[in-house]
This record gives sequence, C-alpha cells and structure tokens, in this order.
Amino acid sequence: MKNPFSKQPAEKIVSQNQINRRHFIAFTSFIGLNALAYCGWRWLYKSPLEKSGITAGARTPLRRALNQNELLLRKTFSKDHLVQTYPKSMADKNVRVNSEIGIDDADFDSKNWLLTINKKDGSQLQVSLKDIIALPKTEIVYDFKCVEGWDQISHWGGVKFSDFINHYNLQEEAKLQYVGMATPDKAYYVGLDMPSALHPQTLLAYEVNGQPLPVKHGQPLRLIIPVKYGIKNLKRIGSISFSEERLPDYWAEQGYDYYSGL
Amino acid sequence: MKSIKEKHPLATRWAHWVNFPVLMIMIWSGMLIYWANDVYTFTIFGHTFFNFFPALFNKLFNIPFRLAEGMAFHFLFMWFFAINGFLYVLYTAISGEWRQLLPNRHSFKEAWQVLLHDFHIRKMLPPQNKYNAAQRIAYTSIIVMGFGSLITGLAIYKPVQFYWITWLCGGYHLARIEHFILTIGYVLFFVIHIVQVIIAGWNNFRSVVSGFEIVKSQPSTNIKISEDEKPV
Repeated sequence: MKNPFSKQPAEKIVSQNQINRRHFIAFTSFIGLNALAYCGWRWLYKSPLEKSGITAGARTPLRRALNQNELLLRKTFSKDHLVQTYPKSMADKNVRVNSEIGIDDADFDSKNWLLTINKKDGSQLQVSLKDIIALPKTEIVYDFKCVEGWDQISHWGGVKFSDFINHYNLQEEAKLQYVGMATPDKAYYVGLDMPSALHPQTLLAYEVNGQPLPVKHGQPLRLIIPVKYGIKNLKRIGSISFSEERLPDYWAEQGYDYYSGL
Repeated sequence: MKSIKEKHPLATRWAHWVNFPVLMIMIWSGMLIYWANDVYTFTIFGHTFFNFFPALFNKLFNIPFRLAEGMAFHFLFMWFFAINGFLYVLYTAISGEWRQLLPNRHSFKEAWQVLLHDFHIRKMLPPQNKYNAAQRIAYTSIIVMGFGSLITGLAIYKPVQFYWITWLCGGYHLARIEHFILTIGYVLFFVIHIVQVIIAGWNNFRSVVSGFEIVKSQPSTNIKISEDEKPV
C-alpha cells in the first residue's frame, strides 16, 4: 500500500515544444469555451418574452424552467405536509398590508356582497357571508410568507376550503385540476392547483386576530392559503371558478411563477 | 528541456471554471430577489456600519424592481450550481484528490503559519503538497458553504414540503439570513482568492487552465525526486 499523504505530484522532463503544445490546446479550449458560455448567456439574457397567455412577462426559456421546476417539485407536495402553526399569542397585532389591488373600489359595500360560485354545468351558486359563517370554523396561526422575502406570524379564522366544497356539493368541481378566484371588480385574480386549494390548511377567511376582516385585509372574505406565497392569498373574493386548465393569475402575467408553492 | 508537474486534473479545472460564472449569476439574481425585502444591516452594539445595499449600489448594478426576473434566473441556475458542485465532490471523493484538499491534523496550526507568512511576519512557509494548510481549509470550507447554500436555499424555496430542512436551518426566517451570510462569505472569499492568485503569479494561474505547472528548480533535483518515487 502506498501512503497517499507522502505522495508528491509527479514531475517529468518535457521539451519546450510539448509545453507549448499543451498550453496552446488548453488556452484555445479555455477561450473557446468561455466564448461559447458568453454567447449562451447573451442568448438567454436577450431571449424574447413568452407569448402572453395564462403566464406572461418572463423570458421564454426561463418560463420553461419555472414550469419544469413546478412539474418536478409538485411531486413533493402532500396534503399531510402541514404548515407549522403557533400559539395565538405569537400572532402579530399589526398585520402587514402589502397591496390594495382589487380592494380599492370606494363604492364597494360588503353588506350587498355575495360569493358567486361558477359551477361545472354552467350554473351559478350565490352564497352570503352569513351562510359561510354558519359553517364549521377553523382558525390558523402561521407564518405568512411574501414572495418579496418577508414573513409574519398572523392569525386567521374562516372555513376550510375543503369543508366549503363538501358542504355545497362541489365534489365534481373539485375533481378538476384548477381553481380560480377573483375580486368583485376582477382587478385581482389568482389561479390555484386543486391539491393546494384542498390542502387542509387552506381557508376562506372572514376573521383576522379574532375580528371581522377590515377592508385592507379583504373584507368580507379572503383566501388564506399557507402552502402558497402571499401573492396567491386573494383579498375580497367575489367569484370562484373551476377548470381543467390553468385559470388566470395576476402575478403569473407579470413574470412570476404560476405555481408559487411553498 | 523543462520539468513540469501535473497539478489540477481536468475535472477539477472544469468544475472550477463552470462554477465561477454560475455563482456570479446566482449572486446577481439573488441580489435582484433580496432587493424586494432588503432589511439586513451590519450592526454591532447598536451601531449600524452598513446597509445591504446602499441605493447607489443598487442603482449602479440596475437591481431595483426585478424580483420576478431574479427568481426565474435563480431557479434555473440553481440546478447548474448544484449539479456542478455534486460532480466536483463526487470526482474529488472517488479520485482520491480529497487527500490533497481536506485539512488534516496539522492544517490548523500550519494555516496560522501560512497566514503569518502572508503578512510578512514569518519568513518560512511550512512544507506543503499541492495546497498549503490555509488553502486546504479555505477550499474545503467553500465546498461546505456551497452545500450550506443549497440546504438553506431549499429551506427558503420549499419551507412547507421540506419543512424538516427548514427546521434544521432554525426556521424560515433564520434560513434566509444564513443564505445571505453565506453569499457575503463567497464575496469575501472571492476578494482574497483574487489577491492570492495575483500574488501567486502567472505560472500558478496558468496551471488552473492547463493543469500543469512548470517547476522552477534545477533538473538534477528533479531527477532525484523522480528516482525516489520509483520504488513506491
């Protein structure tokens, strides 16, 4: 057995020609590969934005990568992977407001509000806040995560989306691949994959810190979906739709990942 | 006729030069992401020395309002960073190159001597093989840091599905801080690395491209060494 620690790098005597030849090959390859890498980078950086559709605003190859990441990482999703919860005392009293898109309509009156469910057969179901509050209530205190990078422990109360589905006999709708939700003025809208929507911690929330939602947090009913970034947590839900295809999503049209799952 | 010494295997050189631009892109896209919530400061005993990052710096590098773009780049190049790092570790483990790389029981004492030498306090360098003790520690640390970036990155990327990784990192909030500090670590490493490469000179730099170094010593000495090696 040779002792690897005493091994010195092998030295050998070679002619200047041999050295020159090896240097030439090494540096030509080095410069060539660098040029190739640079061209590759220019190609990617200058590549055109994707055709506007359900998603928009990202460079075509990068959107493809985001979608491939989704396909791969959706395999790790499980309804049994629960978001960590905290005691109520840890919830922040000043719940951060980051956006008012879709809730800045001054004429909106939550007293006249009804939730519209667009069913598979084309019919509509109208549900009042009173009906929703009558359903079994679920509360959650968890770390809300924004795509921007901040997080905040907050306390929400409402009905589980899966309970809501069962109560209104929307089981056929829940077999479809996607759910879409939009504000009454349609200014903000999110698309969700069904497994995430049916996750046991996904709520249609009407309370924050034990109080009815104020306007800035999406009065009278908002989505709390802890397995997604904040951008998917739609405030002031006006309508819910179901589809086999991806439904429109506000931020996916601005270059963000459609899935945005945590 | 000259004497040469094989220094860096092709796989090592390949991994090094792939990692360089990939890590640059990861740091750059990371800064596009970090900008959206740039809350970190360098504060000691209540005195803030530095904000990450000053507005002028952000403006200079065209950082603001590119979060979505930054994420898209980050989540593509993370694969190249991970695969390249994985292949390097695999090669280094299988080829036996790790023997030249990992610190041994003398390294920590010797690294101190190397440091004193570099600051011109000590005249003699301790005897060394391919890497000196300080290099062994630095180059091993940077691999551990790369692994740390993958782990903390995964903890931020999928904190629900990989909740146990997030837990290992001390939670979501801490994982983001760790991910950031590791990146600052790369930048510091990079600065020292560049200075050292410049001091070490052209022959040394060239070997990271060509793989071999030209030995400066007298031919007679070289013959002696090669004879010593024969019976091994």
